[in-house]
Amino acid sequence: MTARKLGIGVAALALIALPFVYKQPYHLHVLVLILIWSFAYTSWSIMGRFGLVSLGHGGFMGVGAYVTALLWNHLGVSPWIGIPLALLAAGLLAVVVGYPCFRFRIIGHYFALVTLALSGIVLQVITATRDHTGGSLGYTPERTKGSVLAAVQFVDKETWYLIALLVWALGLLIWYQVDGSMLRHAMEAISEDEDAAAAAGINVTAEKLKITVLSAMMTAFAGALYCQYQMFISPDTVSGISVSLQMVFAAVVGGIYVALGPTVGAVITILLAEALRIGFGTAAVGWDNLIYGVLLVCFIVLLPQGILGSLLVRSGAAK
Amino acid sequence: MLLVKGLVKRFGGFAAVNNVSFEVERGEILGLIGPNGSGKSTIFNVLSGTYRPTAGSILFDGHEIAGLAPHQIINRGIGRTFQIPRPFRRLSVFDNVALAGYYGQGRHSRAKAQASAERALAVVGLPIDPRVEVGGLGAAGLKKLELAKALATEPKLLLADESLGGLDEHEMSRAADMLRRIRDEMGITIIWVEHIMGVLMRVVDRVIVLDHGEKIAEGSPGAVANDPKVIEVYLGTQAQAAQQELATASHAEGAQS
Amino acid sequence: MNFGFFDVFDIYLLEAVVNGILLGGVLALMALGLNLIFGVIDVVWICYAELIMIGMYGLYYTYAVYGLPMWIAAPMCIALVAVLGLLLHYIVIRPLLDAAPINQLLATGGVLFFLQSFATVAFGIDFRNLGIRLPVLAIGEMHFSYARLLAFLAALAGMVTIYLFMTRTYIGTAIRAIAQDRQIMVLMGVDSQRLYLVTSALGGALAGLAACLLVLQYDVHPFVGLSFGPITFMIVVLGGLGNFIGGFVASFVFAEIISLGGLYSDLEWGYVLAFAFFILMMFARPQGLLTRRS
Repeated sequence: MTARKLGIGVAALALIALPFVYKQPYHLHVLVLILIWSFAYTSWSIMGRFGLVSLGHGGFMGVGAYVTALLWNHLGVSPWIGIPLALLAAGLLAVVVGYPCFRFRIIGHYFALVTLALSGIVLQVITATRDHTGGSLGYTPERTKGSVLAAVQFVDKETWYLIALLVWALGLLIWYQVDGSMLRHAMEAISEDEDAAAAAGINVTAEKLKITVLSAMMTAFAGALYCQYQMFISPDTVSGISVSLQMVFAAVVGGIYVALGPTVGAVITILLAEALRIGFGTAAVGWDNLIYGVLLVCFIVLLPQGILGSLLVRSGAAK
Repeated sequence: MLLVKGLVKRFGGFAAVNNVSFEVERGEILGLIGPNGSGKSTIFNVLSGTYRPTAGSILFDGHEIAGLAPHQIINRGIGRTFQIPRPFRRLSVFDNVALAGYYGQGRHSRAKAQASAERALAVVGLPIDPRVEVGGLGAAGLKKLELAKALATEPKLLLADESLGGLDEHEMSRAADMLRRIRDEMGITIIWVEHIMGVLMRVVDRVIVLDHGEKIAEGSPGAVANDPKVIEVYLGTQAQAAQQELATASHAEGAQS
Repeated sequence: MNFGFFDVFDIYLLEAVVNGILLGGVLALMALGLNLIFGVIDVVWICYAELIMIGMYGLYYTYAVYGLPMWIAAPMCIALVAVLGLLLHYIVIRPLLDAAPINQLLATGGVLFFLQSFATVAFGIDFRNLGIRLPVLAIGEMHFSYARLLAFLAALAGMVTIYLFMTRTYIGTAIRAIAQDRQIMVLMGVDSQRLYLVTSALGGALAGLAACLLVLQYDVHPFVGLSFGPITFMIVVLGGLGNFIGGFVASFVFAEIISLGGLYSDLEWGYVLAFAFFILMMFARPQGLLTRRS
């Protein structure tokens, strides 16, 4: 048992035991948010690390959240079924947009702009169907009395913490799986030289689609989870350009080439938002994004590898 | 094994390949030569799927492969090297080859891909150590890496594209011998496109000569080398005339003394 | 059959078509700005719509709040956004000229964030309107707002001015040269920094003009950029990034789709239709997406 494995084991146990020892609801709430958003940011970075920079992941999150909530409210479909359906919808969207992009070699600038348009359009769809979705005013899934497993609604923060922890760990697991797979090598080859990758036998379109669909579905899952937790969603909080950019910002700041990078990014963004809210109250509306904007620009100019990434490079642990 | 009929590839109005037909027998090494712009690389690009042919058919083991995507053609057993090596610098040498082996064989098994990679690296003479990086290879090493990547896909037919560029005489000779060994020991049929004729002629069984997108000669190396059309295309009629002049002059000199 | 008589249905269709053309003018103006920046500096200003949004606020404050006459307020607004463009280049783009394109995109994304939040904090999230009610032009049973017509004509005038600038002035010609070949300009001793700054100011000025024209017709709020930003990007991508003619044509195509879509249903569905069209075009005409420079 190496020291590293022992350390991870201890940390895991500590994380799991936390809510039984420390029950402050507000702090648990913040932790749940951090965990859910870490998962979302990790989903983005699975694509982002290979140069497939999407500025539209808010769209997938929105699909995940709204499909789940709509199915529950209008058709009484339990999230146990609703969430997989939402994931399917997100995957389908990813294919519909991704396939022409990859087939016709839309990369870099172009790809980012297409994804940007995508998230904008998802927002427009949500607003246009305001009769069903509540438009910009937001949408509330119907509450059940107390915690109901079948409805994936839980009253206590401890349960949500454990769920979020599990999902977060799942995200890391997926990240590591991709990291150690041939898909990773293929994607790195593709991002370096697409033609040579094709000449090496790689079906470039198929591999790119795989990673995009994976990322989209994970992001949608984050959206659905967020919906079930907060019990309120609006186009701005789960879809749209702001969320998309926030995802990119957090992943970039935390480091996209490192597994825990997006998590670090989530810690930073959530804590910053909460600190501002506590410090300034409602006057703080808009200030957090303002600071993100400035920070993002500063980080891009000064630290392109992100905080965690840079630290690791300097310590020699990452390439 | 490979039957090319009436192959045409046009770019806009320009016909890079104009009605070329030829056959490749299993187990032979076929040389494909011609001056710059004769269409050699274009033919390779069409055979490997990078380009779609404008017209014509390509039968590989009896199946039509014209118009298939590159990865599909590789999966069917046609491998190819590039004139200018294009390694993936972010991956180690071993991973480069293993990647090609994995995807080239249709993504069946990582273990199989790694075994193919080890074999391929051994054949070309590159270290199998997974820590060796691409940056440490010189020109000859990069060419070997190209070859290893192609071999790792376990091809039945190998398209070797100008394997001698950038090498010195000694390396060229070794590269040519390696191609012959690949055919002899691994049973891989080879089409070899080359600009530098001398070394190629020693190794190939048959030669096809192209000029301006058309086939102008075909046959054994000896026959083709003496074919006046080929000489003219490579050296030009004026040079030929100069050659004759020199021959006459030295003859006359000899007669005088 | 009475040939001089239009069916009511056709009237509204014709009206929508003409409105589409009028809308297309302003979209073309915005596409021109984006293409100019990309064509010369090789960067995409993701925050372009937000620059326009700030310009809209600028006109609102100078005209509606401080009561300056339009013929002073509008040029001030254009100058404001031109200066913003200059600052954007100087502070954000310049240090990143050699960085990976994703970093450039993200940086302008950061500016987008910043501008939206700045507007939220500084101006509040309420919708603001200039309060100008221009008359409506009636042709037969069709109605066209003078605001729209004015916007269209002004946009055309703006584009013609840019065209003349690019072809008749020294700087304009230099800009066109760089857009075609970046290395040449260094060899010819041209000061690239100055040209980039001029281009950025021009791009900003175009955004400023678009702002003036838009605020005549629509309310302004911090997130108004989201209404036309995605459309503008789809236009320049489909027309080819850096391709001025392509962007021009694509603008009108998209404008028609939005206008006709709005005829049969809500305006938002017009956008969705435009996006669906965009995806379909990617399948059907990939060469429409090839830029001059890859």
